[in-house]
Amino acid sequence: MATSSYTPMLDRGARGEVLAAIAVAVVTLLLMMVFGLLMRMEQAQVIALGPTWFYQLMTLHGAGMVGVAGLAGAAVMWHFLSQYVTLSMRIFVANLVLFLIGVVMVLVSVLGGQFQGGWTFLFPLPTHAMGIWRNGAAALFMGGLLVLGVGFVLLHLDVARALIVRYGSFARAMGWPQLFGHDDGNAPPPTVVAATMVTIVNLLGLVSGATILVMMIVNAYLPGFAIDALLAKNMIYFFGHVFINATIYMAVIAVYEVLPRYTQRPWKANKVFLAAWTASTAFVLFIYPHHLLMDFVMPKWMLIMGQVVGYLTTFPVLIVTAYGGLMIVYRSGIRWDVASTLLYVALFGWAAGAIPAFIDGTITVNYVMHNTLWVPGHFHTYLLLGMVTMVFGFMYYITRSGPAGGDCALDRLAAGIFVLSALAFTLSFLYSGKASIARRYAEHLPEWVPYNRVSAVFAAIVVAAVAVFVVRFLARLPIATRDITRPTLPRGVQA
Amino acid sequence: MIHDTVWLISATLMGLLAVAFIFVHARSHERVNDYAPLQKRAYRLRTVLFWVLVFTLGPAMLYTLTDLPYGSAKAGASGGGVQVIEAVGHQWRWELDRTEVKAGEPVEFRVTSADVNHGFGIYDANLRLIAQTQAMPGYTNRLRHTFPAEGTYRVLCMEYCGLVHHNMIVEIKVVKP
Repeated sequence: MATSSYTPMLDRGARGEVLAAIAVAVVTLLLMMVFGLLMRMEQAQVIALGPTWFYQLMTLHGAGMVGVAGLAGAAVMWHFLSQYVTLSMRIFVANLVLFLIGVVMVLVSVLGGQFQGGWTFLFPLPTHAMGIWRNGAAALFMGGLLVLGVGFVLLHLDVARALIVRYGSFARAMGWPQLFGHDDGNAPPPTVVAATMVTIVNLLGLVSGATILVMMIVNAYLPGFAIDALLAKNMIYFFGHVFINATIYMAVIAVYEVLPRYTQRPWKANKVFLAAWTASTAFVLFIYPHHLLMDFVMPKWMLIMGQVVGYLTTFPVLIVTAYGGLMIVYRSGIRWDVASTLLYVALFGWAAGAIPAFIDGTITVNYVMHNTLWVPGHFHTYLLLGMVTMVFGFMYYITRSGPAGGDCALDRLAAGIFVLSALAFTLSFLYSGKASIARRYAEHLPEWVPYNRVSAVFAAIVVAAVAVFVVRFLARLPIATRDITRPTLPRGVQA
Repeated sequence: MIHDTVWLISATLMGLLAVAFIFVHARSHERVNDYAPLQKRAYRLRTVLFWVLVFTLGPAMLYTLTDLPYGSAKAGASGGGVQVIEAVGHQWRWELDRTEVKAGEPVEFRVTSADVNHGFGIYDANLRLIAQTQAMPGYTNRLRHTFPAEGTYRVLCMEYCGLVHHNMIVEIKVVKP
């Protein structure tokens, strides 16, 4: 075994375009969080928006959060991946511009056209509005998502090009020669492996999503162009599942890159790591039927596959990434600041959220918990306390003014409050799911209202803490572009 | 009830994970420079954890697959015939061809939709969700359930279907056989 060596050297600051993407993402995120808070307050009967506004906000909250997660995750990936391969900044900017165009289209369709068909645009609801909104609003919403999707396809194609130019093939970029042959210690770094996996799965997911969106837009104007509702559901959930999971796999790159710098220990792309990422690539593609467990007409083998793959998925998350994080932090002498704390907590959030998720993917459990608040309970755990927290950690990392950091007391207070309130908020969702409270209801039964009141309080605290993160990030943006001295990240080192 | 079990298992596992993260955080302040021995021990522990997960999650996964709600398996033991209810979801009401069934005898709900996707969720008198299936246009899902006790049950919509989704409720009376 060899030891790792670290040479302090200049670490590149973030590019302005990357910071612009992060800024757009987190400002939108904060707005979407406010929408989410309003929804919980409405269910708690603290305010009275009415169903029309509730479902419009619900549609915006869902579409906005998924888009924001994609944009922020892509920015984190781009920032670190560009250290290993040559990426096109023009394509990155094109994705950002298309994102903004798509967001405007979605906003106009919902706020101007009263579209409230849900972000999942489950066929045929978008074109079955019962007079609440027009076909044009539905087409604008779906067109907006399509524009967003095209941006991400361009981005991933560029990443694919860069990976193949540098490594020759996806197989080499995934470290297959080291995984299936002799591990010579020269496997690609974790960032490259993760980016390759995301590129493969997201391109497939986005093509599926774009295809069904185009089909539905055509159907909106030519109803004779019939679509099978079950096929549409399969395509939508395949796309949705892959895309939202890819956001986590992009954001976790921040953990792989930053925690080793803090702990001065390598995050090795060894055989176990490579096997986990190759397995995750397959799992992400084959797990989606767990969204269709209550569609009894689906082929039974697909539904069983959904459950089995759901259980298998927990292994890479728990045994490799979460455990790997614990390993390099244990007795490392790490200096805890807001960035390292949030990234560490984010690993917990991701792994913790995987637990209620795979349990919900058990068919017999899904039978009595599907589409209750258990579902937002688990995905808020691994998205809010996982993926989004990784982005917050990244924000604090790139706005550090030097090795000594630069966090103020307000940052530390906000981080502490955020972690505790986000945990309480997600647990309140899960506990509401235990009580069988249905999700996506503008008005809850009287027996359910107390749960919502508790949840709304924690949601409000989360929003306040995130507002601090966002304001502090925007205030310190100029720092983020500076090159500062940090220990380098060891690459390809056998330890 | 399965809901309580699921909550207990999830909370316990999440709690154990939290304890692991807190423990490592507490032991993170002092630095051991020679990482190799630590790594070696950690890899051994990881192998143990891997097999613990395999031997706990594996049987749990296989066991739960023996009790699937699909087909007639969920109906339970029945000597008599099956009571059939044709259920059609509409924006925003349920259309059932009968709303009274007998306790202790299997009921087959033939669930479909006349317009968009709905979710056919059966709640007991304590507002616990006890069974569900999707209502899809063009397809009929057969949900079999045996009501153990008489009483008034409610069907709520479990799939977002538009403006009055939250108010799509119908009652089913379960009477003595």
